[in-house]
Amino acid sequence: MHELSIAMGIVDAALDESQRRGVHVSAVHLRLGALSGVVKDALMFSYEVACQDTPLQGSQLIVEDVPVIVFCAHCEVERELPSVQLFACPECGTPTMDIRHGKELEVFAIEVQEEEVPEEEVRE
Amino acid sequence: MSEPRLVEVRRNVLKQNDVIARALREQFRAAGVFVVSLVSSPGSGKTTFLEKTLTQLQPRYRVAALVGDLATENDAVRLARSKAPVKQITTGTLCHLEAAMVQNALQEWDLHQLDFLFIENVGNLVCPSSYDLGENLRLVLMSVTEGEDKPLKYPTIFNSADVAVVTKNELAEAVEFDWNVARTSIQSVRPGMQIFRLSAKTGQGMEEYLNFLAHQLAEQRAVAHI
Repeated sequence: MHELSIAMGIVDAALDESQRRGVHVSAVHLRLGALSGVVKDALMFSYEVACQDTPLQGSQLIVEDVPVIVFCAHCEVERELPSVQLFACPECGTPTMDIRHGKELEVFAIEVQEEEVPEEEVRE
Repeated sequence: MSEPRLVEVRRNVLKQNDVIARALREQFRAAGVFVVSLVSSPGSGKTTFLEKTLTQLQPRYRVAALVGDLATENDAVRLARSKAPVKQITTGTLCHLEAAMVQNALQEWDLHQLDFLFIENVGNLVCPSSYDLGENLRLVLMSVTEGEDKPLKYPTIFNSADVAVVTKNELAEAVEFDWNVARTSIQSVRPGMQIFRLSAKTGQGMEEYLNFLAHQLAEQRAVAHI
């Protein structure tokens, strides 16, 4: 189980953003690919542990599952794989390793509440 | 405090690892060393396989190995019998190797003195899949005793690998291993992957695999010198 080290990486990234922007983070949005090698339930649990005794304690981890999207050279379109056990176009059956999405392990966004800094300075 | 609002940050959680892995890959290329990482389940015969690989490559090539293990140094001791330089990375409770551990372990080694470097990951088919180690080739090893459907149970790691080796072939008959089913499973999760079927114990099939490695090294060097 390596989810705890992943969770600590998430917390580090969010803390860094929080400090840089002078904001309080109430939730972290994560994009998690089906091929990321990370188990969601274990990650949710680990996240809580990783947040302990940090300013992120009590924050929420919101996970957006990203399915595997491949490009089918035969159909010439991107297709979503219904299962990671079969890397073939679900329409025509052509095998493919042209993976376009599904490896994501990305802190996509954070939900923040301003602390004492004026809003202009923290706007994107 | 004000109402919460959403700020897009887009940060890759494994960025730190990926940055080190990229630096390692560049270092390997510049030194002309071909780096193979090995992933497998515990007990698949990874250490025997690696010991035979090191021993048989040695007359022609300069080889070395890094070995990841949770707690013991048993694997490193076994591999040292091959007379190749072997270094243990004891991961403690960590179930996988990360690029920084490889970087640290390599500090005292002159990579220019090597043709092949093997990195044996911790026996685990789940966690190592997320971590790029800068390797040129990721080899996934499974033994016939593990069953033909192993790739379907661990699709992520098989998908992330470049080549598959099915070992302990000397036991295939005894365990009624169905080669066609195994091949279909592998090709299903990783279309086009080259597969070697061999017995590290008897040596059967080793030559084809070792020739493949030699070819990969030659190819890498040809590209690096253009």
